Amino acid sequence: MFAELLQFLFSGITVGAIYALVGLGFAIIYNASNVINFAQGEFVMLGGMGTVFFIGLGLPMPLAIVLAVALTVCVGFGLEKIAVEPARNAPIVTLIIITIGASIFLRGAAQLVWDRNFHSLESFSGSDPIMIGGASILPQSLWILGSTVVIVIALHLFFGRTMAGKAMIATSHNPLAARLMGINTSMVLLMSFGLSALLGASAGILIAPISLTYTGVGIMLGLKGFCAAVLGGLGKPMGAIAGGLIVGISEAMTAGYISSAYKDAVAFVIILGVLFLMPRGLFGVRGTERV
Amino acid sequence: MTSLFKRTGLAALVALTTVGLASSGAKAEDSIKIGSFLAVTGGASFLGDPEKKTLEMYVEKLNAEGGVLGRKLELIVYDSGGSPKKAVPFAKRLINDDKVDIILAGSTTGATMAVIPIVEKAGIPFISFGGAGVIINPVKKWVFKTPHTDTLAVQKIFTDMKSRSISKIGLLSGSGGFDKSCRKQVQTLAPGAGMTLVADETHGKGDTDMTAQITKIKNATGVQAMLYCGFGGATSIVAKNFKQLGAKIPHYQTHGSASKSFIKNADGGAEGVRLPAAALVVVDSLPASHPQKKVATAYKKMYESKTGGEISSFGGHAYDGLMIAVEAIIRAGSTDKAAVRAEIEKTNNFIGVDGIFTMSPTDHLGLDEASFVMVEVTNGDWKMLK
Repeated sequence: MFAELLQFLFSGITVGAIYALVGLGFAIIYNASNVINFAQGEFVMLGGMGTVFFIGLGLPMPLAIVLAVALTVCVGFGLEKIAVEPARNAPIVTLIIITIGASIFLRGAAQLVWDRNFHSLESFSGSDPIMIGGASILPQSLWILGSTVVIVIALHLFFGRTMAGKAMIATSHNPLAARLMGINTSMVLLMSFGLSALLGASAGILIAPISLTYTGVGIMLGLKGFCAAVLGGLGKPMGAIAGGLIVGISEAMTAGYISSAYKDAVAFVIILGVLFLMPRGLFGVRGTERV
Repeated sequence: MTSLFKRTGLAALVALTTVGLASSGAKAEDSIKIGSFLAVTGGASFLGDPEKKTLEMYVEKLNAEGGVLGRKLELIVYDSGGSPKKAVPFAKRLINDDKVDIILAGSTTGATMAVIPIVEKAGIPFISFGGAGVIINPVKKWVFKTPHTDTLAVQKIFTDMKSRSISKIGLLSGSGGFDKSCRKQVQTLAPGAGMTLVADETHGKGDTDMTAQITKIKNATGVQAMLYCGFGGATSIVAKNFKQLGAKIPHYQTHGSASKSFIKNADGGAEGVRLPAAALVVVDSLPASHPQKKVATAYKKMYESKTGGEISSFGGHAYDGLMIAVEAIIRAGSTDKAAVRAEIEKTNNFIGVDGIFTMSPTDHLGLDEASFVMVEVTNGDWKMLK
């Protein structure tokens, strides 16, 4: 009984951590620009597929990972420079539609350059499950949890201790004031896309040994990540993390205790419920606007 | 990467020329026209792409050998993108404008079902490459198909389970069309085969982790084996999760998992999994005495040398369809549609890559359980079970 619960919990936390990383990406771009970047899922795909591609070229795994992350960050920069920045003064809705277009383009391009097959990535440290209290967990799951914790701490330090991070926070609070204080807000926007791409790619690489990767992998992960971000209150990094874990764990518990048929529905029901009762998400603060 | 570009470019060129030739109408009247619409692009391109390549390379080969009945074969292929909506106008164009003699088409069940009323009305022989049994059950006068049905696969699995005295199974299935149809077959056929479903779990499209469902199946009371109905990458994830949970019960999957990538991507998890596979997929492991060994080996060699890609069972459906059609035309001695249809129906003991076809007025597929071989994954390869 307890072993079963623990098993569902492991499964939920692993997936939830990935949702959290994807959700963080949504939150960071939203903070800098109020844009919901629907190409976030494609960053996940590029990370995984890129690593598979570079390993296929005969490169060692660590180097392949670094190159894949670099590639994705470059795509993130490119997306901002080529697609978003020229339309900077367009309404937010237009920008969001642009990111949807970009995601379709990136997916199509990846299918053309690579292929449509599923690819596996070797686990970072073996695939022999570790038994804890009657439940089993893969070493890769520990990598995912560990990496997520490291990334979250690093982000915390970045936003709290560095000039660049503080500039991003300032921009999210009030772009005009930030610009008046000498912050280069377009640079902040560029950085936010790069940072989101970095997070997405990391998620894609971490999950690939467990879930396989293919050019369509970003669609569902992107959507669940978006759920996580909304659940936590858009633009709240810590909210996105909590949101991801809540979505992941409730999915696993539903599949385990109620019916696997309702698993996907549950995530969306939770979001509907939360948004209905707390329109700003779990961690959102009531906004006040001065007129 | 470059070779991929080259291949797609080449394929597009070939398609253009075929269409161009067809519309010019300058082609000699005495060529035998074969019409086709396939999911060459889009989500089902993994079906349509090998099917198109197979049709093209064998039409070319037959023409090089002097054609059929002394006449050249002419192939007209349209890309339906797997969409039933697009398939309908293409079928009409093939019948009314291109005036084809026979239609070998329909990568998906959806596209096939959409055009059946049209071909039935026009009275033209149609061999489909769609998977589901509903295409030929109930029997339609002009419609035939070559791929195995999931009914056959499930029967084959149940037979193997019975030989191991398994009667209580836990079922896991995905949410794709193939998965759902397979699940329905399992539910329908189980009582008659003396099987009890003690668990019936599903997972969503694009799911990355099925440990919760498998834990439930593993812990279901009395469960003796797990059967997974699914397709594509999920097959490997299920196998991995199954291994991770240390489940000890026998693990079965369907012909949807019968590809080398299933074993490769499962990272060792596929070891011991049993599944029914078409002879073509496991051709290298077949004994020389197997009746399909020769045909399947020849097809594999031809396909791999011409395309450089790995064979899949899908291209095999097109090979069987084309060869059944050609033999029927030869037996009929003409391309008279009614005569060809009657001869297709009389296909007897035709050894194809999918199996040995014996059709009849009540069976427009003509395969039985024997067209599958039961295999077990052993040391990262297929091992045939007796």
